[in-house]
Amino acid sequence: MVENAQIWSMLEEVYDPEVPVLSVADLGIIREVRTGEDGIEIVITPTYSGCPAMDVIRTNIRMKLMEHGYRDVRLTTVLSPAWTTEWMTERGKEKLAAYGIAPPLPLQQVCHPAMFHREEAIPCPHCHSYHTTLISEFGSTACKALYRCEDCREPFDYFKCH
Amino acid sequence: MGYPAHIDYSLQLADNALILGHRNSEWTGHGPILEQDIALSNIALDLIGQARYLYQHAARLIGGKVTEDGSGGREVTEDGLAYGRDAWDFRNCLLVEQSNGDWGKTILRQFLFSAWQYYFYGQLRNSRDQELAAIAEKSVKEVTYHLRWSGEWVIRLGDGTEESHERMRRAVDELWKYTGEMFAPAAYEKELIRLGIAVDAGEIRPLWGEKVGEVFNEAGLEIPMTWMQGGGKDGKHTEQLGYLLAEMQFLQRAYPNCEW
Repeated sequence: MVENAQIWSMLEEVYDPEVPVLSVADLGIIREVRTGEDGIEIVITPTYSGCPAMDVIRTNIRMKLMEHGYRDVRLTTVLSPAWTTEWMTERGKEKLAAYGIAPPLPLQQVCHPAMFHREEAIPCPHCHSYHTTLISEFGSTACKALYRCEDCREPFDYFKCH
Repeated sequence: MGYPAHIDYSLQLADNALILGHRNSEWTGHGPILEQDIALSNIALDLIGQARYLYQHAARLIGGKVTEDGSGGREVTEDGLAYGRDAWDFRNCLLVEQSNGDWGKTILRQFLFSAWQYYFYGQLRNSRDQELAAIAEKSVKEVTYHLRWSGEWVIRLGDGTEESHERMRRAVDELWKYTGEMFAPAAYEKELIRLGIAVDAGEIRPLWGEKVGEVFNEAGLEIPMTWMQGGGKDGKHTEQLGYLLAEMQFLQRAYPNCEW
């Protein structure tokens, strides 16, 4: 019978199609892996409700397990507890920074409903300056915000705390 | 087969999210500047994502295989519910179906609804329907961004130039009459409030009023004295919804069950 750890190591090779340096394990969207006589069950949770990558992620998980000979795989989606960037692995955050996307700040913050309230300064992933400005809280994907570095003048994506 | 009021309620929440999401998506490619076009498209995506989970829930409550048209055998799916029902079957409140108008009207519609949805989902997290509670828990995090973004724009435009202020004032005049309905429970909601499934939206009115008052105050906008128009929750809609559905449902009507 297959061991849970083997499944987890396979999941480390399934990448987020929108942020291709992050595996689904790094992203923290795999909530549980169950193995038993009746096959393998993988419990996943979406990052954002409308994340268009979820269907591709589900397909890629199936493909990866099939490569290793596992066909009897059930994928279950749970919504609660709601996904948070706190579940992202440290290794995932390092990979994001190396890729040029500022990772979520280590101290978890959530969006505050007060108007014009802003999160702490986000360091530029290129020159590490904290002298950066938010351009928009909504970026190229649901999970990212757009920033600009006032020192090196480069725009960059921030994987926002959620 | 689920309890009928429970189905109506789940559909109401799904329809609210889908219709506003669709309205916002009409701006995709037409926003005043790229960043705001992307922002509104992101909000549309969040709302349509929420609608999908709510429709899936409603489809499960309706029960795997039931007859939709009496002829039998067709399975109820999220797509069938979104693309196969007519205007009088939709349960969304009138506010979300109103046409986009100018950027100011779109912003105001979003703000009035996001402020409601923020407190509403906050309460729905305690629902005895665990699936609705889970959807609410997930969605409220997304809606917090929508609320802050739209509220900041209401302030910027209301307290901006003479032109932007005047447009916001007109938007308030056009939309305010549709806000009352969000707090007036339909018959099926009253039933569910007693069962601990639905939120008593009347209870969140003071919170909503405080938030809206705060933002209007900073924006230099006044709350008009007006009568309130309801009916959307019971399927009595403004003509705006028909035009929206004609476009949104066209493909599935012309080519049923088409996939691409």
